Amino acid sequence: MSRPWEALARILKKGWSIAVARYAMILVIAFVAYAVVLLLAGKDPIQAYADTFSFALGTSYGFSEVLVRMIPLLLTAVAVALPSRLGLINVGGEGQLYMGAWLATWGAITFTGLPQLVFIPVLIILGFVGGGCWGAIAGFLRARGWVNETITTLLMNYVAPLLVGYSVYGMWRSREIGSAAFPQTVAFPDAARLPRFFGTRVHLGLILGIVALLAFWFVMTRTKWGLKMRAIGGNPEAARRLGVRLGLYIVVVMFVAGGIAGLAGMAEVTALHGRLRAGFSPGYGFMGFLISWLAGGSPLGILVMAFVLAIVFSGGTLLQITQGVPFSAINVLMAIILFVVLVNPRFSLGALKRVLVGRGRQR
Amino acid sequence: MNWDLLLGVLSGTIMYGVPLLYTTLGEVIGQRAGMVNLGLEGILLVSASTGFVVSSLTGNPWLGIGVAAIAGAVFNLVYAFLVVTRNANQLASGLTVMFLGSGLSAMIGRGFVGGGSSGLARYQIPGVSLFSWATGSMFSYDVLVYLAVPVAVLVWWLLFRTRWGLSLRAVGESPTAAFAAGRRISLIKYQAAMLCGFLAGIAGAHLSVALARTWSEGMTGGRGFIAVALVIFSKWHPLRAIAGAMLFGGAVTLQLQLQAQGAAISPFVLNMIPYVLTLGVLLLWGGARRFAAPGGLGRVYSGEE
Repeated sequence: MSRPWEALARILKKGWSIAVARYAMILVIAFVAYAVVLLLAGKDPIQAYADTFSFALGTSYGFSEVLVRMIPLLLTAVAVALPSRLGLINVGGEGQLYMGAWLATWGAITFTGLPQLVFIPVLIILGFVGGGCWGAIAGFLRARGWVNETITTLLMNYVAPLLVGYSVYGMWRSREIGSAAFPQTVAFPDAARLPRFFGTRVHLGLILGIVALLAFWFVMTRTKWGLKMRAIGGNPEAARRLGVRLGLYIVVVMFVAGGIAGLAGMAEVTALHGRLRAGFSPGYGFMGFLISWLAGGSPLGILVMAFVLAIVFSGGTLLQITQGVPFSAINVLMAIILFVVLVNPRFSLGALKRVLVGRGRQR
Repeated sequence: MNWDLLLGVLSGTIMYGVPLLYTTLGEVIGQRAGMVNLGLEGILLVSASTGFVVSSLTGNPWLGIGVAAIAGAVFNLVYAFLVVTRNANQLASGLTVMFLGSGLSAMIGRGFVGGGSSGLARYQIPGVSLFSWATGSMFSYDVLVYLAVPVAVLVWWLLFRTRWGLSLRAVGESPTAAFAAGRRISLIKYQAAMLCGFLAGIAGAHLSVALARTWSEGMTGGRGFIAVALVIFSKWHPLRAIAGAMLFGGAVTLQLQLQAQGAAISPFVLNMIPYVLTLGVLLLWGGARRFAAPGGLGRVYSGEE
């Protein structure tokens, strides 16, 4: 075979390029499939994609909005990736996010006199604890062997927004004129608003997200705890016999994961809305699950997939405005991506290699 | 507690329990074949929207329910393909179906949000009319409600009294042994998944066409997940599922009746009751379930080739 093909084959053999090719192929398949769905719904997919990408990548405002969208996705994805190393499936990011926002809101409207330098750390801690406790409940029930964490976290997703609704319509309801039709809490004091950068809506949450991602990578690869967690995930029985306290790990990991998702909720309400409103999250927790699953729990993968999904997500809002597609239609795209990943079309890459390299069948 | 409230709760328990019962029966069949399907929520949504749209367009609620049941069965093939053919993780596959269902149903039902439906004809339980001074128009149900318990018995008969049911349970308990005994594992799992989707489809359509008589996005409100919990509660037995479904139908009705009566409790707190009750029941049953679960539940079986 000719030279260029061999060079390409050498590149394809390298692990990272295979990973990149795999992600790219998954995305292409999913976008094509979603285009078909849009066509069936009577929309113009090319126009929809052109709108989305020119908005998100072509304008500085659009790009900053993509970063804003990326913040809760990064955090909720880490909240799924961390327990998955233990073999736990945390589908409760949505509920944990709401509880983080709930407890942070309590702080923001209670300690109104604090200076910003004290207030922000207090809110971060409250957001973390709020989501963390919600996650730790599921962790505790799992650690005792009573209830599987998947079903617990799924059910608790329905309870947390109701608690937020209860508070917003009840004890925390603002008496302002505008809040009569649209219940919400009073506006948070300025000192309780997370700082924003460069005159855009990009806020401190982005740094929290990146710190969470780096900490996740560091703990998993460079510490004793990470090693033990991987041991538990690989073979829980063996780890238990080696004296690892399984139950403690499960509860602590679910607390930390819930806390990270709680930070996402805290950041959304304190940086963007400045008040707590019922139903403020359009399903960030579920998107985080998707991202972590797509990235296979790898930190770099999470960063990339969160960015891509943030583009799509900002497109979801755009599509709703410009093309009249219901916002939930974005769930179809998420499902198609997840479907392609689960189908695991390794044969496609193999086939591509066979075509390019001209080797015999490798199976 | 006053008399009207008590009767109202009793009457509504049956009404609201029935869709949950159909869903739970479907999941019992699926889990007996070794498949945990968290996608029930998506199937319910797709069939609720399809059923409502078809019955609105044709004016025939039964056609809507029939189409929805078939749509449910076909839709669950997505799950079966992932789990059986591609050996994918069952929980993630279920969530795929859930996402797909919530998105597709929003697109299907667009333009019909908030629309009304005449619903199914209702017949009062024979004999209740003698006490009409107390019951009024309560205790009158459509045919699907009257069929619910017979269907549960039918599912029990299928699972425990037929050859096919024996094969299905063998596949769920020990795929290796079932394969060694010459059973066609993939075929049986596909059949179980379609039957599960079919029953969930009936439930979804019943929710939108007969119960709520309208369609709104996400109207199933987690019933799919509650059904998964009810399967554990009923220890994978179709007849015990009746009790579970009625318990939760009761919780939903109690909450609605209290709201209608203007109880001084926030509706948000009342809405939590079904979910909290589900969690509580799972907790109480936690210890016992290990001995009742099918042995091969959730496992990937790839030894067929």
